[in-house]
Amino acid sequence: MAVIHDVMPSFGLYQPASVADALNLLDRHGRDAWILAGGLDSFDWLKDRIKRPKAVVDLSGISELQGIRESGDGLEIGAMTTLTEVVRHPAVRERYSLLLEAAEHAASPQIRNQGTIGGNVSQDTRCWYYRTGWFCYRAGGNICYADTPTAMNREHAILGADRCVAVNPSDTAPALIALDASMVVRSKSGERVVPAEEYFIGPGTDITRMTILQPGDLLTAIRIPGTWGGARFYFEKVRDRNVWDFALVSVASAMSDNGETIERVRIAVNGVAARPLRLRAVEDAVRGKARSEETAKLAGDLAIQGALPLQHNAYKVPLMRNLVKRAIRGAEGA
Amino acid sequence: MDILTWGHSPWGERILAHISWNLFWASLFAGIVFFVAHASYMVLSAHRKRSAAETDALEIEHRDLPPQIVRHSLAARLFHWVMAGAMFVLLFTAFLPVAGIKFPWVTWHWMAGLVLAGSILFHIIHASVWLDFWSIWVGPKDIPEFRAEILRELGHDVPGPKPGKYPLGNRLYHMAIVLAGLAVVISGITMMVRVRTPFFTRNPYLLRDTTWGLVYVTHGLAGVALVGLVIAHVYFAVRPEKWWITKSMLLGWITRRQYLEHHDPHRWAVESIAAKAEAQRSGQ
Repeated sequence: MAVIHDVMPSFGLYQPASVADALNLLDRHGRDAWILAGGLDSFDWLKDRIKRPKAVVDLSGISELQGIRESGDGLEIGAMTTLTEVVRHPAVRERYSLLLEAAEHAASPQIRNQGTIGGNVSQDTRCWYYRTGWFCYRAGGNICYADTPTAMNREHAILGADRCVAVNPSDTAPALIALDASMVVRSKSGERVVPAEEYFIGPGTDITRMTILQPGDLLTAIRIPGTWGGARFYFEKVRDRNVWDFALVSVASAMSDNGETIERVRIAVNGVAARPLRLRAVEDAVRGKARSEETAKLAGDLAIQGALPLQHNAYKVPLMRNLVKRAIRGAEGA
Repeated sequence: MDILTWGHSPWGERILAHISWNLFWASLFAGIVFFVAHASYMVLSAHRKRSAAETDALEIEHRDLPPQIVRHSLAARLFHWVMAGAMFVLLFTAFLPVAGIKFPWVTWHWMAGLVLAGSILFHIIHASVWLDFWSIWVGPKDIPEFRAEILRELGHDVPGPKPGKYPLGNRLYHMAIVLAGLAVVISGITMMVRVRTPFFTRNPYLLRDTTWGLVYVTHGLAGVALVGLVIAHVYFAVRPEKWWITKSMLLGWITRRQYLEHHDPHRWAVESIAAKAEAQRSGQ
């Protein structure tokens, strides 16, 4: 029977006015709860009847989750801040243009007006086997339909695959990792602050989740330290359609140099694994070296070490290598 | 409580996926209940051992036996401890994530599985060629011993047969571990075809969905059974009255007195010092 895509199934809709109320609801409903931020990922799941939550907790009425605030020498961005607000915020434009670039590359203007940064980093994978309801590992089964000799896996992982080969689709995630951001996660048992890099998890850790969020957890804010404010940034996203699409591969880097030598650098890529990957080996290799073509080549070659392409995504290997090279060269050299 | 997890194939057929993790908790619970119940029983029961006087008499009768009786060869002990290490890695990597402790476990799991499979293969060959293969198995011939052991446990002074090399409990445990171990290893090696390893070309379509479901369920059932079995094994290994057996798995030998106290010399014949010397003299 054809799935009716335009009618919402029945569920209990809860619209808390505070984080405390939201946490109470999430705690009460546990695994049956679904967190609704901008709704752009959620509505696909719900209308397609692939996910069937009993309780949807809509965060749009919680003002404390919205907006961007100065915090020490950095910024704190509420999880319900829309991507458009992120893009337009003066402090982001002035000091964290990397995040601006990444957020501006997400989807379309209409979607950025509705989509939130919390939703962008917490969205589920776009693997169509999974999203169309196939009973794969990620859905609780015991097979990855995308990792078979006959599978359509052009957009899937070349690194870090562990049974499941889905990739993380977030545009802002690699930028936040490059900026050394922290994620503020709250639950009834308290608050924890985790580095953005550790917020995302691969299938080896938990094959059914893409982030550390467990039932009852809520991402409330993202903190960006001042450490990398005003650094030399590079963001590039390669996609099939430049109008709007998910990334095939994206790269984000933050670098400080003295004009010739790379002093500090953080590089992250996305679209190549189930979690955005920080390229620590590349960072270590290029630190202290001249920002030259030779260093860029070294970085690119190092970045793809261990890549294991599937049937249809070998193109991602040179693509990732070249994007990392371009990140080292910087915008002027790209 | 759900016992099995079901899914659906791309064609909408209902297929087995794997066991419900409720069974893990059930096995853990059963293992803990067993050792609490057994420990209570041992404290309260009239559990009877061979009397000191009886053992003294046997010692006089068998004074030509060596003071240390070899119970486990070095090879057998190495197998045991390698298998034990692999088993613990397998259980922890399989069930800690189920218990909420998340980490990348798959590679560790299949590597430990290969160690276990290799050690079992070694054990089968070693036991078949160099050991008394049938000494560990249970059969109808053991019914009188079973009856005598039960009566002794109940406090009766029964003259019936004592165990041969392995106590009846050991042999029953061995049978259970053989069944669960072989099931988990055979299903596990089959499942390795579905993950990336250097040993197999990945092929998730090697078997039909239904067959894969059965393989996963077999692996899961054997795995949770091993949780209970390992708890029981560790429990007996650390019980004070069983230390002499545990110690023998470390050192390889038991004392003559322990041999006479716990075993039937007719069912587990040990070469006397004189016979051994004679055999050495004649070059055997």
